[in-house]
Amino acid sequence: MKILIVDDFSTMRRIVKNLLKDLGFTNTVEADDGKTALPILEKGGIDFLVTDWNMPGMTGIDLLKAVRANPNLAHLPVLMVTAEAKREQIIMAAQAGVNGYVIKPFTAATLKEKIEKIFERIDG
Amino acid sequence: MTSEHLDLARQLVAALEMGDEAKADELLDRVAGAREAQLFQEVGRLTRQLHDTLASFTLDARIADMTAYDIPDAKERLNHVITMTEQAADQTLTAVETALPIAQALTEQSTQLSAQWSRFLDREMPLDEFKTMTAEIAGHFQYATQGLDKIQGGLNDILMAQGFQDITGQIIRRVIDLVHELETSMVDLIRISGRKFKPSDAMATQPELPGPVVPGIDDKAGDVARSQDDVDDLLSSLGF
Repeated sequence: MKILIVDDFSTMRRIVKNLLKDLGFTNTVEADDGKTALPILEKGGIDFLVTDWNMPGMTGIDLLKAVRANPNLAHLPVLMVTAEAKREQIIMAAQAGVNGYVIKPFTAATLKEKIEKIFERIDG
Repeated sequence: MTSEHLDLARQLVAALEMGDEAKADELLDRVAGAREAQLFQEVGRLTRQLHDTLASFTLDARIADMTAYDIPDAKERLNHVITMTEQAADQTLTAVETALPIAQALTEQSTQLSAQWSRFLDREMPLDEFKTMTAEIAGHFQYATQGLDKIQGGLNDILMAQGFQDITGQIIRRVIDLVHELETSMVDLIRISGRKFKPSDAMATQPELPGPVVPGIDDKAGDVARSQDDVDDLLSSLGF
């Protein structure tokens, strides 16, 4: 299980990386926005994407749309971890095909719960 | 005023015709006095106007100062706040990343050794295994001493890293004071310029991505999720 973590703040990437490690996911890669994330995804081998929304270059929602538009990536599970909390934004992300939505600041328990829920749905 | 003047003029003519010089002088003084009072009033009005204009000039100068120095200065200060909070977060994360594997290893060693120890107490342990265990226990003690020392150091680093809160708090407070002063100056400027200050109903233009919700400011309209539960409820109402 290889996970790509996309956030423009390195501290947030480190937090997510450590939480994932605690959950048993030790194989992670990082990118600081959609633009750098997309080539990594296109190269293949990523099983799960955790992305922020507000990033320079390419935002998380645009990354999500690009992922869903690519036949090779269309089914990649995507968890959005963001401070964006407007109802219309959450709806927009849902319509774009996000698999989970966590708002910052979040707890380790919330992240764990959402990730497990996504995998349950995939496995089931 | 005119009828008063006319009346005074008539009295003056009458006094002169009668040759009453004292009366004529007194009347002339009264005519001049009326003019002077008017002049004083006018000078007073002009002085007030001048004072207001000068006041608005100093206000303009203060706003110019703020634009030229204080605001760029405030931007620098706020950038410093970002740097400091980032440093504190990095320092903390480094300490945690160092401590976690040590704690994990200690847990594993203890679990393993306690299982062996139980077998020893139950007299189920052959001598060879006992010898290995004593060596492992010695190794565990050594690892624990060194590891706990590192963890202690890391915890101290985390403790010290929290110092950012005091410093950034003070810096942000200064910037808040500046924003407050700027607000007051602008309200004064609008008042002096004589226009009624009427805020438009439409709020200041919203950024494309509103970002973190500040309680009491961003959640008034009720169009934001206040918690993860709100997000979950909204998503489940959409059939998620």
